[in-house]
Amino acid sequence: MKEPYDGPILEIDGLSISFFTRLREIPAVMDFSVKVQPGEAVGLVGESGCGKSTVALGVMRDLGRNGRIVGGAIRFKGRDMADLSDSELRQIRGNEIAMIYQEPMASLNPAMKIDRQLMEVPMLHEGISEAQARSRALEVVADVKLPDPERILKAYPHQLSGGQQQRIVIAMALMSKPALLILDEPTTALDVTVEASIVELVKDLGRKYGTSMLFISHNLGLVLETCDQICVMYSGEAVERGSIEDVFDQMQHPYTQALFRSIPLPGADKNAHPLVAIPGNFPLPHERPKGCNFGPRCDYFEAGRCDAGHIPMFDVPGNERQSTRCVRFREIDWASPPTIGATHEKGEAGKVVLRMEALKKYYKVAANALFGGEKKVVKANETLSFEARESETLAIVGESGCGKSTFAKVLMGLETATEGQILLDGKNIEQIPIEKRDTKTIADVQMVFQNPFDTLNPSMTVGRQIIRALEIFGIGKTEADRHRRMLELLDLVKLPREFAGRMPRQLSGGQKQRVGIARAFAGDARIVVADEPVSALDVSVQAAVTDLLMEIQREQKTTLLFISHDLSIVRYLSDRVMVMYLGHVVELGDTAQVFSPPFHPYTEALLSAVPIADTSVKKKHIVLEGDVPSAMNPPPGCPFQTRCRWKSRVPGDLCETEVPPMRRMAEGHQVKCHLSEAEFVTMEPVIEVRTEDA
Amino acid sequence: MAIFLLRRLGVMLLTTLCLTFVVFWLTNLQPNLEKLAKTQGNMRMTDAQVASWLEARGYARPILMKYGEWLGVVPGFVNLSADGSVQARCLDDGMTIETAPRYCGVLQGEWGYSTVFREDVSDIISIRLGLTAKLMLWVMILMVPSALLLGVLAGMREGSRTDRALSTISITTTATPEYVSGVILIAVFASSAVGLKWFKGTATSAMEDANFENFFLPVLTIALFGMGYIARMTRASMAEVMTAQYIRTARLKGVSFPNIVMKHALRNALIAPFTVIMLQFPWLLNGVVIVETLFNYKGFGWTLVQAAGNNDIELLLGVSVVSVIVVLVTQLISDIGYVYLNPRISVS
Repeated sequence: MKEPYDGPILEIDGLSISFFTRLREIPAVMDFSVKVQPGEAVGLVGESGCGKSTVALGVMRDLGRNGRIVGGAIRFKGRDMADLSDSELRQIRGNEIAMIYQEPMASLNPAMKIDRQLMEVPMLHEGISEAQARSRALEVVADVKLPDPERILKAYPHQLSGGQQQRIVIAMALMSKPALLILDEPTTALDVTVEASIVELVKDLGRKYGTSMLFISHNLGLVLETCDQICVMYSGEAVERGSIEDVFDQMQHPYTQALFRSIPLPGADKNAHPLVAIPGNFPLPHERPKGCNFGPRCDYFEAGRCDAGHIPMFDVPGNERQSTRCVRFREIDWASPPTIGATHEKGEAGKVVLRMEALKKYYKVAANALFGGEKKVVKANETLSFEARESETLAIVGESGCGKSTFAKVLMGLETATEGQILLDGKNIEQIPIEKRDTKTIADVQMVFQNPFDTLNPSMTVGRQIIRALEIFGIGKTEADRHRRMLELLDLVKLPREFAGRMPRQLSGGQKQRVGIARAFAGDARIVVADEPVSALDVSVQAAVTDLLMEIQREQKTTLLFISHDLSIVRYLSDRVMVMYLGHVVELGDTAQVFSPPFHPYTEALLSAVPIADTSVKKKHIVLEGDVPSAMNPPPGCPFQTRCRWKSRVPGDLCETEVPPMRRMAEGHQVKCHLSEAEFVTMEPVIEVRTEDA
Repeated sequence: MAIFLLRRLGVMLLTTLCLTFVVFWLTNLQPNLEKLAKTQGNMRMTDAQVASWLEARGYARPILMKYGEWLGVVPGFVNLSADGSVQARCLDDGMTIETAPRYCGVLQGEWGYSTVFREDVSDIISIRLGLTAKLMLWVMILMVPSALLLGVLAGMREGSRTDRALSTISITTTATPEYVSGVILIAVFASSAVGLKWFKGTATSAMEDANFENFFLPVLTIALFGMGYIARMTRASMAEVMTAQYIRTARLKGVSFPNIVMKHALRNALIAPFTVIMLQFPWLLNGVVIVETLFNYKGFGWTLVQAAGNNDIELLLGVSVVSVIVVLVTQLISDIGYVYLNPRISVS
């Protein structure tokens, strides 16, 4: 039974966790301490591989066969977890500490109905009857705001959408009203608007149930929105700890500072205020430097002091509960602005190279996979019209299922268009599949893919893969020519020339993505479609890869079609933005026009959903209800009408019956909406930067 | 679901037709027919006599026509020779050419006449198939549960000592073919070589009255071979499931290890081996041929060997049709069972 307890819920004190392999001991977490008070939410932030998930699993004492806690103590409600027997531990798991995971689909049992999976928790821990457990499940499912709880309970996980699945995982965690909730990147796999609604839900439930939370994330903006305390981790160590306000506004560790400078906050601009990437790479666990782990990448590094030996956490005077693992934190002038790298002139957009005219792509899908039957039409792209100019960055923004990838496929020639035209230098290419395109066209239109881990051939060296692309594009007369060109390409993407002989598995994510970029530019591509090129990468690497893309673009006057769902990065680097929803372009315009009112209601919601890691930013709070409708079965009229908060302002049932026309708001700014001119004027900006400190 | 079944039945029918045609064509090759003529007629027939013997009995006509007759879609062959004697395919004892049916093929239930056993093929097959079914039933009863148990035990803690021990056992049994394991088992348990005369080395008496003593060895021989394979598949699938994230979810919900295995892992882990178990049926038919011959158990496999060895065309055809149907039906069952095990797949 749960006893009342009023000390800290969770106390981690000097925790060290190692994984043991045949070769060596790999320390994953070293000397890690954190305290979670009742009702408090603590954010654990760091890049992948920094040990934040290991801490969570350490708390649950579920480190697998190779992991072991080698030092320190974890106290839950004052009891040392190490003293607990297996059955006592089971009593705590799921009952007093519950966990929410990154991938909801994978963490639900595919062969078990939702109700069974939910009911199991209280039946196990409280021994209540099946009927009681079921009524509890019904209650909690209603609490996580799922429609039609009865139907949901009877479903299998695969019958629900990603957002719904995550709500079920949350419901499962709340079934026994735990004292501590551990959330391990709970929204990483979800779309931004879904993410916003899940975060909202978690905050509400935390308040309602009085649950303490340990929120693990790589996204500083999310942590700002959800947590009271934050702990920044780097390479297995906590480097800074403190309240959100202290750490965000008065950071006391160089890594925290570098992290904030490498994410695109409002106000960052690719030309005037470029991002500052963290130099170097994350150290591998067995190659950590002596002394400060961040030393080799730190601007404030001082030989002899920073690499002298173990560095403890220092309390920051004046700020309660803030501490930092930096020996020089008193000497560093934290307020000094970053040394801005080279600033650039804004590139002039040249002539139109690519023009889409009323492009449509429909897929015919058999209603029944096995026997055909009635054919359904999925309208993946609906009358896409835009043009892209030389050395321009056009961002295409939208959530999964909005048709942005289909558009990329049609442009690349992997699919042919159903209707409309694609004009590349005035030539129609929409009906020519990639096998029939001439080498020049293929080399001109290239793609950088989302996941650099899957798009390189694992059994071919990096150099060979680039040379292969050169062969296909017919560049270079001899093998030696091509080899020279390949080395030049490696220079272009700022990889050392030795990398030519390496295998993809020896490269880090950022380096692989650079190879991907080198391959795309092998034939002097003029149009590059970058499909979420940095979303699989860590924050500090993202900045470097983005900058690289920008730099190559400036040099080669490339047209960049940047597909993304991350509006922060889009605002940072794009010249124009196209917002898509369910196959429709709902808004198109200059970056400034799209990011300020008047906007399409969907753009407004999208902007509000993006978490921003800046305490001086005030955001309007808009949460979209429900999921994106299925493209197989789109709503009649305006595609966005089912979730639109402005719908009531449109007279009659115009939104439900008619697809709105594309309206010109200003020069080059178009919005697909029925709202009247007067309503558009009343729209307020979503993001406001408080100007007192600017 | 009904349409799915109908379609599958259609495919089965087509497959049966194609396969029987292949067998029919192979058994009706010229050398086979000549051999048939000589065994049925006279060993010392001249080539001309053979030709006329085959001519008179309708063997010399186009293969498609003969196949049609065998199927029962083409009227049976009738030959009224000059001397008044009648040779007709559909003429049975006690019938005249007037009372004999026009069609007599598989479709009419006429499976033909076995030249080896001097009996109707349909009678032989039904008796022999029954005997083999008895054998198979016991093989399944022994093999499936023990294989699944072995696999689940090995797979639930991958890399543990139990896992390695059980894996060694299953690899060894799969790597030992029936004609080796059968001989070893007989030598150890049924002969004076070792002296453990626990079982009988022949299963002939088990045809009428099967008991543990005379039936266990053949059952074990077949089961051992198939068991290792299923156990390996179960182990792999179990080991994979145990590393799945939803198992971690269950663990961190506080579910105890036995319950994780039983409630969360088992159903997911059985999806893959289920297909393998169903695929084992055709393999078992294979093994049955060897084991029945080895233990002198006169079942379906033994019949196949006899028919093939003695150029018994009609019996061979009958045996192959039944084998094809057995294989296809088990596959159908496996597909339907798959749907029930795996909620993510639906047929309709």
